[in-house]
Amino acid sequence: MKIINIENNFDEEVKSSKGKTIVDFWAPWCGPCKMFGPVFERVASETDNIKFCKLNVDEDTNDVSKDLGVMSIPTTILFEDGKEKKRNIGYLSEEDLKIFLEDK
Amino acid sequence: MYDIIIVGAGPAGLTACIYACIARKKVLVLEKEVYGGQIVNANKVKNYPGFEEISGYDYATKLYTQAKSLGPEIKFEEVIDIYDKGDLKEVKTSKSNYIGKSVIIATGSKNRKLGLSNEDKLLGKGISYCATCDGTFYKNKVVAITGGGNSAIDDALYLSNIAEKLYLIYRQKDFRIESINLDKLKKKDNVEFILDTNIIDIKGEDKLESITIKNNETNEEKELKVDGLFIAIGHIPVSDMCNNIVKTNETGYIIADEDCQTNVDGIFVAGDIRVKEIRQLTTACSDGTVAALNACKYLAKK
Repeated sequence: MKIINIENNFDEEVKSSKGKTIVDFWAPWCGPCKMFGPVFERVASETDNIKFCKLNVDEDTNDVSKDLGVMSIPTTILFEDGKEKKRNIGYLSEEDLKIFLEDK
Repeated sequence: MYDIIIVGAGPAGLTACIYACIARKKVLVLEKEVYGGQIVNANKVKNYPGFEEISGYDYATKLYTQAKSLGPEIKFEEVIDIYDKGDLKEVKTSKSNYIGKSVIIATGSKNRKLGLSNEDKLLGKGISYCATCDGTFYKNKVVAITGGGNSAIDDALYLSNIAEKLYLIYRQKDFRIESINLDKLKKKDNVEFILDTNIIDIKGEDKLESITIKNNETNEEKELKVDGLFIAIGHIPVSDMCNNIVKTNETGYIIADEDCQTNVDGIFVAGDIRVKEIRQLTTACSDGTVAALNACKYLAKK
């Protein structure tokens, strides 16, 4: 799955999207975010049934991260039919990200 | 079977890896989370010789790339136990068991917690251990920081430039450090010093709402409404996986001299996890060097 950047279009890409969407909240100055980036990309390239999005909190024009109460990055939120299902705060390994994406 | 098993892929462990690989040893590096250790959280590193300025992430990535290019095996598994079997050491991880002729422990330290209920629950929802990572989310908000060491003061100064109001809560009456940043902080209008005081409670459901503080002398309690609480009260060693086999001090740091040799033959220690005065990037790398070369010496004698 290709990763979509959603700084300007969270509503279209996530809120009104059917099925599962995962969003990685990050920023270029955040070391752990940059470590997590390649993990997110690798898992995205191996996963078909989930939509992968990234949101740079520095360019978050619509204050999405604020509305969702994101106060630490990296934060990863899994949405289903536009609703938050679960979130993780901090770095995830490839294995842990896959577990996070599983239905539970 | 490995010549050297290195536990931890921070600056100490990866430096040890570089030296061991150049000495043509068969090396396994085990890391529970991600390479780089705590330096990854540093926005700018300005005191590492040879680099005028580099981000912690860039430094860690360069170090990792360099170490990896020399051909060690690197596995991302958490070490649970280390057994001394004389000439051989067994390292048990979350996934497997590995046998090595020697071990270098470079597990570092982690943030000390206040130990209050709700502290874990509200992590990332108002509670943070990293001002440079999370500070930006508290623009024009009311924030508290607790701690009184150099890094707490540096973090406080950083936060005071972002937050509308900052409480600095410290359990001692006086600061025991000399710091230019402390002088700067004292001149800030939006910073309130609350000394001789502990945080005794953290409140909030989905996000942090308030903290309760208690003055040590008067026992007076007070609730402060805050959006954020930054905890900067130092570090604790990560030595659970080996404190039954190597000697540690009462806090859990592993005892070894400058030679990085623990009380167990063939087990070495490097970096922040070792008992020492100065914990810096440079001293971590120094330990990694010494531990690797002494491990090589040890292997040559066998």
